[in-house]
Amino acid sequence: MEHNIYSGTADYLVSEDLRNAVNIAIALGRPLLIKGEPGTGKTMLAKSIAQSLDMPFIIWNIKSTTKAQEGLYVYDTVQRLYDSQFGESDVSDIKRYIKLGRLGEAFISERQSVLLIDEVDKADLEFPNDLLWELDIMNFYIPETGETITARQRPVVVITSNAEKELPDAFLRRCIFHYIAFPEEEMMASIVKVHFPNLESNLLAEAMKAFYWVRSLPGLLKKPSTSELLDWVQALSVGGIHPEKIAAEIPFLGVILKKNQDFEQVLRRIHSPGGAQRQTGWTAGRKYV
Amino acid sequence: MFTGFFYTLKEEKVPVTPTEWMTLMEALDGGLSGGSLSGFYYLARAVLVKSEAHYDRFDLAFRRYFDGIETSDKLADQVARWLEKSLPPLKIDADQRKFSEWSLEDLKKALEERLKTQDGEHHGGSQWIGTGGTSPFGHSGYHPAGVRIGGQSNNRSAVKVAAERKYRDFRNDDTLNTRQFEGALRKLRELGRNEEVPRDQLNIDKTIDATCRKAGMLELVWDRPRKNTVKVVLMMDSGGSMNPYARLCSQLFTAASRVNHFKDIRFYYFHNCVYEKLFNDPFCMVRNSVKTEDVMRQLDPNYRLIMVGDASMAPSELSMVGGALDWGVENDETGEVWLKRLSERFSHCVWLNPVAENLWPPPGERFYDTVGIIRGIFPMFPLTVEGLERAIARLKVNK
Repeated sequence: MEHNIYSGTADYLVSEDLRNAVNIAIALGRPLLIKGEPGTGKTMLAKSIAQSLDMPFIIWNIKSTTKAQEGLYVYDTVQRLYDSQFGESDVSDIKRYIKLGRLGEAFISERQSVLLIDEVDKADLEFPNDLLWELDIMNFYIPETGETITARQRPVVVITSNAEKELPDAFLRRCIFHYIAFPEEEMMASIVKVHFPNLESNLLAEAMKAFYWVRSLPGLLKKPSTSELLDWVQALSVGGIHPEKIAAEIPFLGVILKKNQDFEQVLRRIHSPGGAQRQTGWTAGRKYV
Repeated sequence: MFTGFFYTLKEEKVPVTPTEWMTLMEALDGGLSGGSLSGFYYLARAVLVKSEAHYDRFDLAFRRYFDGIETSDKLADQVARWLEKSLPPLKIDADQRKFSEWSLEDLKKALEERLKTQDGEHHGGSQWIGTGGTSPFGHSGYHPAGVRIGGQSNNRSAVKVAAERKYRDFRNDDTLNTRQFEGALRKLRELGRNEEVPRDQLNIDKTIDATCRKAGMLELVWDRPRKNTVKVVLMMDSGGSMNPYARLCSQLFTAASRVNHFKDIRFYYFHNCVYEKLFNDPFCMVRNSVKTEDVMRQLDPNYRLIMVGDASMAPSELSMVGGALDWGVENDETGEVWLKRLSERFSHCVWLNPVAENLWPPPGERFYDTVGIIRGIFPMFPLTVEGLERAIARLKVNK
């Protein structure tokens, strides 16, 4: 069995089970469905696969109005009507008005490509089911021209979901599934190091401690994620914050918490003498954003 | 191979289907498990499990089925001593990862045989159990389908990984967070596609398309509006016995008020049981109350009624006139009469109970406690994400 083996890229650390899931999906030619908390690098994964295997990378961003049909092709009837009325060009050639969508592009790509169907749960409930056939058989028919578009190479399909909606069972049965768990401290530290290789270890350790403390607070509306930690670490290091102050003050709190209630909850905790953190030199009412 | 595992998964209520099982077989044929149990663990999980909510059940099933199958401790101890002095690890490159001809069964059998015949330490070489070398047994070695015994690896023992149950928190029959409640409540939306509504919304895209296809002859395309028509009324018990579940109920409340895709949602409170008054806030004071019959009159029968409560009270509170706990309530009719009235008025209704389901008496059971009586009036579901999903499914259909 000849196939590519994905092993992560320099700027994207991949856990062992995720790497396995990717390789299984590639070998079996099934779509890989990725779920996980926002900010755990679901979208980045597809990019990393494309980079690592040196394949063209095609992104199909799904919105609430996206229809499955758009991924295959669009027949631009308006342009054709316009042309017919103003006599610009040959309107009898319907092919000129068929525009392939992202999935269609991936099918006709000369080289095997990586197709990312991003945030599939944003679309209508029926959307995934409408794509089942095409993803299975890897071809589709264009009735307007009588053409069948068949994949030259089966693209590596990565689908991400934020679990805003349930996905239909028939669709799930055909996917390889992986849930990206929130990285544990050790893994997280290496992720941060990949992005900021020159970071002081002291600063990193303190920032991680504070970050995981914030995440552990019960009842947060939006838990901060990897991308927020990365932003925060950058802010801390650019702002020249002394590592000792991080745990006590949690400067730039607005970078990791985006909801008002969460923000206030953490402020209250830092104030309270019985809180998990002991503070020195806290100035009440100080604004960090 | 491993067909028993399929049924173990079924027993643990992992929703696996034969289609997925065949995919797994295809993958095993292709040698994707890497010939190791931990490889098999990740492979099987990726292929068979489609929701993080079922990871934990998968772990339980895996542990149950494979416990003891992996190299037993005794075996490992014996071999571990031979492996202490090791050669530097050899690297395998991608081309050599073809291991389809090695099945786990064969390897295990061969390992046991070799253990019987090998009499001591052995490093390097291609046959005996040891380090370095290209025998399939040992560690830091070269054989691509080897059985690792001790040594350094990122591959922790699969059974141990399963036993850790890292995904316990994701179970959906456990109570989870607001976001998941919201997800469950959103499912009440499908009702919004009401076939009885006339097609009175102009679909501009389809109109343009149809018109163009007719070479400019206007062709109007009308759709049914897709607005959600579901209306919900939520009645929550705020009695003392509900205190342990206050957090859970407040999560449900937050979720219900945040979902905001219902046409209308109303909240009322009651104390243990509903009588002639419902309360507008959880403090249940008479001065902030409405008449239950007014509520029933105002809300049309299409409202979906969700009752939330532990349904536990003194039987007298349900079955006796004047049995209400609060003195201020007149209670000329029994609580049971009021509950029946509610369930008759709102034909789509459910009762969510935060008490674990296995503690409930059967429906209609009148002597044990009040949960049984209430189960006879309302279809009862546990207040968990899974329970809420079942309840929502029930609310979609007229009972």
